[in-house]
Amino acid sequence: MRNFSYLRATSTEAARRAAALPGAMLLAGGTTLIDLAKCGVAEPDTLVDISHLKGLDRIEIDEHGATIGALARMSHVADNAEIKSRFPAISEALWQAASAQLRNMATIGGNLMQRTRCPYFRDPSNFSACNKRQPDSGCAAIGGVTRGHAVLGTSEACIAMYPGDLATALVAFDATVHLDERQMPVDAFFLLPGTTPQREHPLEPGEMITAISLPASAAARRSTYLKVRDRQSYEFAAASAAVGLELEADGRTIRDLRVALGGVATKPWRARAVEDALKGKVLEEETVRQASRLAVEGAVDHGANHYKIELAPRVVARAILKMGEAA
Amino acid sequence: MTVHITRHGDASDGGTDAVGGRLSRVDGPAKITGAARYAVEQHLQGLAYAVLVESTIAAGKVQSIDATEARAAPGVLLVLTPDNAMPLKTASDWFGNTPPDVPYCPLARDIIFSGQHVAAVVAETFEQAVAAAALVKVAYDETPAIVDLNDPKAGDGIPIDAMTKEWGDASAAFTAAPVRICSAYTTPREYQVPMEPHGLIAAWQGDRLTVWEPSQWLDGMARTYAEWFAIPFENVRLVAPYVGGGFGSKALALSHGAIAASAAKMLGRPVKLVMTRPQTFTGYGGRASTRQTLALGADAEGRIQSIVHRGVNETSMDGMWVEPLGSTTAIMYAAPNFSSRQNVVRVNTVTPGAMRAPGENPSAFGIESAIDELAYEVGIDPLEIRLRNYAEQDPHTRKAWSTRQLREAFAAGAERFGWSKRTAAPRSMRDGNHLVGWGVAAGTYPVRRAYGEAMVRILADGSVEVESSSIDMGQGTYTILAQTAAETLGVPVEQVSVKLGDSHFARAGVTGGSRLAGVMTGAVFKAAGQALDELIGLALSDPRSPFETLQANTLSVRGGRIASPRGEGPELSIAELMSKLGRDSIEAKGDTMPANSTLEERYKNYTTIAMALPHTEGDYSRYSWCAHFVEVRVDEDFGTVRVSRVVSAMDCGRLYNPKLAESQWKGGIIMGIGQALLEEGIVDRRHGRIVNNNLGDYLVPTNADIPDIEVISVGIPDLHSSALGGKGAGEVGIVGVAPAIANAVFHATGKRVRDLPITLEKLI
Repeated sequence: MRNFSYLRATSTEAARRAAALPGAMLLAGGTTLIDLAKCGVAEPDTLVDISHLKGLDRIEIDEHGATIGALARMSHVADNAEIKSRFPAISEALWQAASAQLRNMATIGGNLMQRTRCPYFRDPSNFSACNKRQPDSGCAAIGGVTRGHAVLGTSEACIAMYPGDLATALVAFDATVHLDERQMPVDAFFLLPGTTPQREHPLEPGEMITAISLPASAAARRSTYLKVRDRQSYEFAAASAAVGLELEADGRTIRDLRVALGGVATKPWRARAVEDALKGKVLEEETVRQASRLAVEGAVDHGANHYKIELAPRVVARAILKMGEAA
Repeated sequence: MTVHITRHGDASDGGTDAVGGRLSRVDGPAKITGAARYAVEQHLQGLAYAVLVESTIAAGKVQSIDATEARAAPGVLLVLTPDNAMPLKTASDWFGNTPPDVPYCPLARDIIFSGQHVAAVVAETFEQAVAAAALVKVAYDETPAIVDLNDPKAGDGIPIDAMTKEWGDASAAFTAAPVRICSAYTTPREYQVPMEPHGLIAAWQGDRLTVWEPSQWLDGMARTYAEWFAIPFENVRLVAPYVGGGFGSKALALSHGAIAASAAKMLGRPVKLVMTRPQTFTGYGGRASTRQTLALGADAEGRIQSIVHRGVNETSMDGMWVEPLGSTTAIMYAAPNFSSRQNVVRVNTVTPGAMRAPGENPSAFGIESAIDELAYEVGIDPLEIRLRNYAEQDPHTRKAWSTRQLREAFAAGAERFGWSKRTAAPRSMRDGNHLVGWGVAAGTYPVRRAYGEAMVRILADGSVEVESSSIDMGQGTYTILAQTAAETLGVPVEQVSVKLGDSHFARAGVTGGSRLAGVMTGAVFKAAGQALDELIGLALSDPRSPFETLQANTLSVRGGRIASPRGEGPELSIAELMSKLGRDSIEAKGDTMPANSTLEERYKNYTTIAMALPHTEGDYSRYSWCAHFVEVRVDEDFGTVRVSRVVSAMDCGRLYNPKLAESQWKGGIIMGIGQALLEEGIVDRRHGRIVNNNLGDYLVPTNADIPDIEVISVGIPDLHSSALGGKGAGEVGIVGVAPAIANAVFHATGKRVRDLPITLEKLI
């Protein structure tokens, strides 16, 4: 039997020390860690439980922005009135993620740490090749069932799609990830698979997310998260878009625009080309649809996921147009 | 919202107690409070845990199994492989055909599908068994697999002559028809995914075996266990007080059951084995994938001249599953010329199995899509073409329908739905980004009949017990049998307790084919009537009875009180009468079999399906019918389909409990929405393996996917179909839902999707 030790951290500092040991993993809501342990993918030697630590679940908001503690629950953040009014895209991304039961358990820090994964990654007993699980073992997904795999940011080593919704909204609004002693833009917190798909974040052993912060902006206030999928609930996005829009005083010229894509890339995908193409332009449907095609520049499909290249720009365009109508 | 149009026969005016009343599920409180203990939740002393090791290749041979490490792992009691498995005997099939006298091993050496059981590990704890199972090393000689129907190696398959239905000259009539359409329709592998996974606890006492296992057929499965282990049928007891859904998948004893029972025998202690959710995708079969071609020829007014139908379904390399694809095709419309043939193709899969309305469901997807195509080809309304081709009698057997309220279903559904406001042209009903479409399709399912048995016991306190080895998997057996006994005996329903799910109770055939309600209400009606006759007989004749001096011919019971019909003389509660009679109980085991049936015939009736009565026996052809009206909204940019409205009018004869029947119908409709839009077992063609074998990736509808569903009963009592006038209600609801949605999607978008499910990439 595969034993592991369970350690209930008495403080953030104690958690950091324990988590720095080889084979240690932090446990918060446990929604993805326990799932992956059951699949035989996560095999921790030590689980360092931080779920009870005080002070890490606060949501603080003022006119400059928001700070969300790493242990705040997804459902609490989604339902926060200030988040809903100042960062609607964040709230919408959260409540369209996972299921109600998972959102009630899962934390914001844990959400950022969820693995970029695919069915082949989750089934080690049948598919031994997975560079993410076992470096240099190959990729079982390439040539296999790829309907849900990424079309942007892929490499020959890995084509798994980053499935999270929250982080997609976070990259659109330039969120910062706070670790104990340093911080980094959320975009830098997620790594491309390249030749090292096993490494998803630039974290050092023992580093722990304590909070994320979001700067206030007019675009964040007028924002949305549009998630498209076959099933109305509890499914990863076929394609999604986090969009924030600020118009000039004329009410039709785009001053600021934020666009990030979910469901199509190996990490939360900021679509700066779309933003740049539309800033300063008059918001008109045809212009928006044209520019939205830039969202999938450089996309590569693996057969069954080709539809994502068609779909993603339409999702982006719809979200921008919807924000344009929302005066 | 639910509209229930009350017709004569399903009247609920007698309150909720009686048959036809809207009594809520009597097992509901136990389930929602967690008090209901399911089969594998029994706590047994010394319980050991078994975990399966499955093949990771789809075709080939097991070269060797190295279990050295696993055997040495902590807590391991036994590693079961083909080399040390106890020899079992091959059991008979579900028709009861005598099996070949060859040994049976539930663990495979020859691999014919990915996920086949090759070994099992039994340990003191579940976690130890899981860990040790991962240490079992299996080496294979792999050979190329035939992964599915589309595999170039699959070929045309085996013709199934018994499926051939032909009359007239279909080919010539098609060629001569002025309007013709010809299309191919496919459905993928679909899975039952009941909430409660398959599993069991097996415990031996000497040569007596007790199995706690979710089951749709305790007596049939007990027979199989008895034959495997060569012990008398009476020595096997199956227990399943509650069943968390089956949808066809829990009717048969399966190889994992043989593995657990073998391990329990070898170890001399009880063994529990529960499948993981991924294992439920390969441990038994879901619905076979199918392909149909339909050629319809019609005159210029849309009257069908000819139907030419060819169907193919997949089966496994060693089992024969025929999904009758011409079943709905042959009876839905009055076609003067008809030809349907079917082949079955062997591929490397587990043998497919029964899933809600096997045959009729995919068959309806073909014919009900094709007639919609024909309506557009002719240029008439899709509802009108169905009425123009209405079958006034069974076109296949030429027998009269026992009852067929399909015309009434079309009328009631269309009226409630507002069908007359539909604009004919595709893409003509837009709402913003949404293309709105309205579709209609019909469904049917045969009335499968069988003989039943029940025990009814009147106790000293006036309460009543009903016992049957039939089961309740959510459809409401507990409830309708309580209602039947209450009405027959004249007691309040609260005084009736129903005990189900133990094979030592009065025997019952399979809970499948939508037959249980009709069979069991008939059996309880008979047994309760016998018990009542005995009670009244004693009351009139026993010197201790106050009625003895009354010189009456009979007595009646109402509200649990017994009196003469005219009310003269005494009135007693049943408890008071029992006390005066000095009786602890009066019991009657009643059955509906012919009186001269032999013991062997009775055994066969409950443990096989060989004695089932054909639905076309005698002068009548017996079916349930339905008409589904569906509205979809398709996002033009995204291709996403959402069902926004469903109105279904149902003909299931008399309803024993309209509330439960409506739930059954809605459940079927919801399952049909999943089939139309979401469900598909996806095969990795390199490995011959289902990769979306979990509920995160195999999508079934969530509450958010389901709109308001209105169901309307248009049935009338059908005494040719059952003792109390009901027809099957469990399966017909799913039949026709997928084509109604596909037809609505065509109306919305102008795109005809002929391969399920209708996922977004097929529409963008």
